[in-house]
Amino acid sequence: MNSGGETVVKRAKYKIAKAPGNSGILKMNAEEFAFSPNDPTSGPRLRVRFNTIGAHRVTKDGSKTALLNLLKKGEGSEGYIFEFENFSDRNICRDFVTNALERYSEVPKKDAEGPAQLSTEEMERRIKLLQEDSELMKLHKQLVIGGILTEDEFWATRKKLLDGGRKRTSSTQRVGFKSAMISDIKPLTDGRTNKVTFNLTPEIIHQIFAEKPAVHHAFLNYVPKKMSEKDFWTKYCRAEYLHSTKNAVAAAAEAAEDEDLAVFLKQDYILAGEARSKIRKVDPTLDMEADQGDDYTHLPDHGNARDGNKEIAESQTHYDQYKRNLMQDLNRHAAVVLEGRTLDVVTGDTRTVAEALARTKQVELANDTSEKNNNQERLNRVCRMTEIEDLQATREPPVAPLCIKDPRDYFYSQQANALKTLGDAAFGAGYVKCHVSKQEAYTCLRESISDIKSVGLQTSIIKAEVAFKVLNSLTHNISSTKYNLGRNNQETVLDRLPSRTRDDLLNHWTSIQELLKHFWSSYPINTDHLSIKVDRLKDAMAGIYPKLQEIKESVQSDLRHQVSLLVQPMVQALDAAFAHYDANLQKRRAKSGKNGSI
Amino acid sequence: MKFQIEDVTVYFPYDHIYPEQHSYMVELKRALDAKGHCLLEMPTGTGKTIALLSLITSYALSKPSNPIKLIYCTRTVHEMEKTLAELKLLHDYQVRHLGPSARLLAVGLSSRKNLCINPAVVSAENRDSVDAGCRKLTASWVRALAVENPNIPTCSFFDNYEKSGSEAILPPGVYTLQDLRAFGKQKGWCPYFLARHMVQFANVVVYSYQYLLDPKVAGIISKEMQRECVVVFDEAHNIDNVCIEALSVSVRRQTLEGATRNISRMSQEIERFKATDAGKLRAEYNRLVEGLAQRGNLPIGDTWLSNPALPEDILKEAVPGNIRRAEHFLSVLRRLVQYIKGRLLSENFEKESPVSFVASLNAQVGLDQKTLKFCYDRLHSLMMTLEITDTDEFLSIQTICDFATLVGTYARGFSIIIEPYDERMPHIPDPILQLSCHDASLAIRPVFERFQSVVITSGTLSPIDLYPRLLSFNPVVSRSFTMSLTRECICPMVLTRGSDQLPVSTKYDMRSDPGVARNYGRLLLEMAAVVPDGVVCFFVSYSYMDAIINTWNETGILKEIMQHKLVFIETQDVVETTLALDNYRKACDCGRGAVFFSVARCFLRTSLLCRGKVAEGIDFDRHYGRLVIMFGVPFQYTLSKILLARLEYLRDTFQIKEGDFLTFDALRQAAQCVGRVIRSKADYGMMIFADKRYNRHDKRSKLPGWILSHLRDAYLNLSTDMALHTAREFLRKMAQPYDKTGASGKRTLLSQEDVEKMSSAGADEAMF
Repeated sequence: MNSGGETVVKRAKYKIAKAPGNSGILKMNAEEFAFSPNDPTSGPRLRVRFNTIGAHRVTKDGSKTALLNLLKKGEGSEGYIFEFENFSDRNICRDFVTNALERYSEVPKKDAEGPAQLSTEEMERRIKLLQEDSELMKLHKQLVIGGILTEDEFWATRKKLLDGGRKRTSSTQRVGFKSAMISDIKPLTDGRTNKVTFNLTPEIIHQIFAEKPAVHHAFLNYVPKKMSEKDFWTKYCRAEYLHSTKNAVAAAAEAAEDEDLAVFLKQDYILAGEARSKIRKVDPTLDMEADQGDDYTHLPDHGNARDGNKEIAESQTHYDQYKRNLMQDLNRHAAVVLEGRTLDVVTGDTRTVAEALARTKQVELANDTSEKNNNQERLNRVCRMTEIEDLQATREPPVAPLCIKDPRDYFYSQQANALKTLGDAAFGAGYVKCHVSKQEAYTCLRESISDIKSVGLQTSIIKAEVAFKVLNSLTHNISSTKYNLGRNNQETVLDRLPSRTRDDLLNHWTSIQELLKHFWSSYPINTDHLSIKVDRLKDAMAGIYPKLQEIKESVQSDLRHQVSLLVQPMVQALDAAFAHYDANLQKRRAKSGKNGSI
Repeated sequence: MKFQIEDVTVYFPYDHIYPEQHSYMVELKRALDAKGHCLLEMPTGTGKTIALLSLITSYALSKPSNPIKLIYCTRTVHEMEKTLAELKLLHDYQVRHLGPSARLLAVGLSSRKNLCINPAVVSAENRDSVDAGCRKLTASWVRALAVENPNIPTCSFFDNYEKSGSEAILPPGVYTLQDLRAFGKQKGWCPYFLARHMVQFANVVVYSYQYLLDPKVAGIISKEMQRECVVVFDEAHNIDNVCIEALSVSVRRQTLEGATRNISRMSQEIERFKATDAGKLRAEYNRLVEGLAQRGNLPIGDTWLSNPALPEDILKEAVPGNIRRAEHFLSVLRRLVQYIKGRLLSENFEKESPVSFVASLNAQVGLDQKTLKFCYDRLHSLMMTLEITDTDEFLSIQTICDFATLVGTYARGFSIIIEPYDERMPHIPDPILQLSCHDASLAIRPVFERFQSVVITSGTLSPIDLYPRLLSFNPVVSRSFTMSLTRECICPMVLTRGSDQLPVSTKYDMRSDPGVARNYGRLLLEMAAVVPDGVVCFFVSYSYMDAIINTWNETGILKEIMQHKLVFIETQDVVETTLALDNYRKACDCGRGAVFFSVARCFLRTSLLCRGKVAEGIDFDRHYGRLVIMFGVPFQYTLSKILLARLEYLRDTFQIKEGDFLTFDALRQAAQCVGRVIRSKADYGMMIFADKRYNRHDKRSKLPGWILSHLRDAYLNLSTDMALHTAREFLRKMAQPYDKTGASGKRTLLSQEDVEKMSSAGADEAMF
């Protein structure tokens, strides 16, 4: 392997249990890792081969400490815990370890496969894919390492993924900004004291930087030279609070006392500058600014000022610059969301985010100068826009490649929809029938008809108790499921399941799909290899039934119905596969029997 | 395609044509043949502009001996760009089919601000400073000084343009503003002066209304035009307002203060000139004795916005003796300013006719009507003599002189209104003296008189018989076309109740009702969840929009809307609004979907002028607007004194009832707002009129016919949930494939063959 010769050397602390740990040097190469403490007397030296390591665990970026835990092979065994000085060191080591571990788990199997020798390049690509996608990793572990599928079979169905990986090296889809405004971070009051609390997460801070270049600029200038980060954000929150009180006069007074605070309170001067440069690039067919430049009728004091056609806005005052304009904020926010996240930094350290953002801005500015292309594109667009579409022969619309990051998102929503209709049907018909049998309803109807005949339409058609019963049963079921579902369409049934059950369900779902894919693709069976494979798959699938049953039983009663609805299609799919298998088997047997007899 | 309309071969750049476009061209051609004016209404989204352009250019091509020139007036610069883009398409097609003989020159013309390429000048903030910056570099005396002293900066682009002399011409082609700038940069010539020069030779000139209508601009730009011109006013439903605005002036306290400063600065200059260069003043005096007509010989860089409001014979007259001397003129101005200042002190509302104003002016400070009439030109002559280049500093005194000239020239159709404060903000004293024009025909009359054909066209000119009266002209053709639709691709709805069945309206007494704001919010929210791509909302006024958006923000409705679509808003800042629009389009293009909040009427900021022009001319066609919601009825502010005066004038002169005019005006505005969703028959869009007042027949019936014909009874008096249901149905129906040519029944799309058949049938008919 290419990376065989590489080594990584980092400062780290070796920790045993809760103790603060021994600082020293961690060295890693492809085969083993070694730790030597700075103070040779303080603790043991380590030298461990990677093939004795089963897995590794890390703490989340942005958590308190940067830990890497290398677990020994075997269930429940303890591991070697290292604490790093920062996350980037840790991440380098983590990546290295993943590579090393992957190699150890792959290498023996590769030998076993024999015929299909893979290039290292191919191998790396697969490893990379597995690393990027934990689902795939799980599936791989379950099916390939579990011996149900061979490595080649597993990847054969994912040719596209492998090819795709070649083309798009790092064009992973980024998550955009939230569509909610940052000003929606409402200050919290505890009611008893005069204290107001703001919650700022790294996510929000990133958004603040993107939407308010002046704050971003101030942060780069002030922190940490002039004030600490905490002070900076306290000031910011104070300014926000002043805005939320909508008291421009007070804001102006505060700003006059504290020039740092004034930065947050005043209008964003950087934005104004940006706007001026952007305006030169807008579509000329909607450039209202140019229009103003041409409007000689409206020289100041010309035209009718108070003819009722126009409104007079309030005249400008000194305090205007301290007034927060909701409209401006809305426009700015929408523009930023539209632009999307330009950064790929993990939102951990505020300082790094701020610096990275500044860098990307500079790059953008540099690109701005070469806008010839842009211009041409704009002109083409204007041209296209002016054409009247149906008078002209159709022109191919420019197609954007559809990229769904996680197809499951789509199926979630579909499932929720299906469930909703299913649920409607079930509750509408099934349950009511339980409570009011046909007989009962019929007699009830007859009674009421005769009642009406004698008394006229005075009393209700259905007896009160019956009606109440029906209503009750309906509302009960509806309230537990349909109501919950209908209230919020973002939430699916899956969100309400316990997370363990949900994960299990999803895992099974993916593995069933994978198995079925292989199963159906092996038909018609014309080689021994395929028949062996089908047998293997059948066994594996048979093993899933009891697990599904187990899940169904594990959940609480009010969710059981939902779960069984979810499980049902899986079971049905498996059933279909088994039916096919049996039919096919009989056919083959008959055939072979015939052959034998002849 | 190519087809015959009587003796003219029409080149039309598309393979198909709508039947209404064809009949539009036929009518237009008759008007051209008759050399008369015409009035044509055709719904938006039926390709009016291209039909106009292709008929008129083809007409000119068919009569090479006496080609007519097309002057195409748009309301805004962005509409100008759109028109030029269509013209480009047409021109390409004609050149392809006819060869180089079809070549024509088409120029878009705008102000220095939009055409200047000198970075030092164009970076100035507003138009007036750009104009002044340009004058500082290009005025003849500056350049004369620069010849002797190389340290004085001049504009290299202008110098190059001057140097090339008669060689500086544009080759044939269609030039948008962008193209002009690019050409100027490439050649090193000033695009502004080049374009202005080329206007005389161009076959097609596209510029904004005011270059013909506003006397301040028209004289300089349009005086060279020959009679054989076809003038087109596109989107002309508001033309009466434009005319009126062009001749109205208002004077505030700030204006008077500025004017006083300007006067003292000029008197200092005069003293300086007397000491150093008395000859110049004497030369000016002599010129004025001979009359103003000589102004025409000034070098191009010096020309002023001149004043065609003055009839021809007055120009030949000598300037009255009492203002010929510079210092005398200044004292006249001083007295005038003093007098107006006194009038502004009035604590009550006053209304007066120009005649009585002039009379009292004469009685109190001794200024007669003739003196007033010459103020405008006398001022400009003086400023030129004094070699003043920072013209943007002298706007106040110019305003005063504009006022004086108008008061001195017109005795009828105007009134002078003095208000101590704005009716809507009585607590803020802001005295203003307004010279308000009521007669729209005054500004447009020279145009009708001067050019052989004037075409007034728009999507909403109903009632069509009102316009000839308002503008006092006799059209030879006056037609309103309906729209033949292949499918029901527009869906107007009148929403009167919210989801809680309570009525919604922006009527004055309901405006502040939180229930109405909530119902409007729910309506938008539910619609945003259902309608794909772009949704546009119009509000009756800026302050109402501001208030309701704040309410929505506080109640969380805005947040919910943002879950479905991005939100963009028209603000008082044009730059920001333009960017918001640009982003809105991007959001619609990329599929994210967006809502745009806009104002149905213009608004105005006291210091910075800024008008809600989104409603006037930004198209929200195709996916840029699948739904337009008009919140409320955009009535004018009915208590405005100027409006009342105008209504009175209309009643006295044209017997138009006040209520009728107000409704007409509000509904044409509403129709204009919602009418921008359709671009072609393949396009589709919904319009919701959300106010209970739209349900009343007298209001509704004022909507243009093409909307009314689709406003079925089932779409009236809806509540939010019903509207939502209708919207869902409509969108589903529109998503189905359909036959574009409208195979069943009437044909809505004609091919070459169809047109030929039709014209031969028409010829047969004519024979028998």
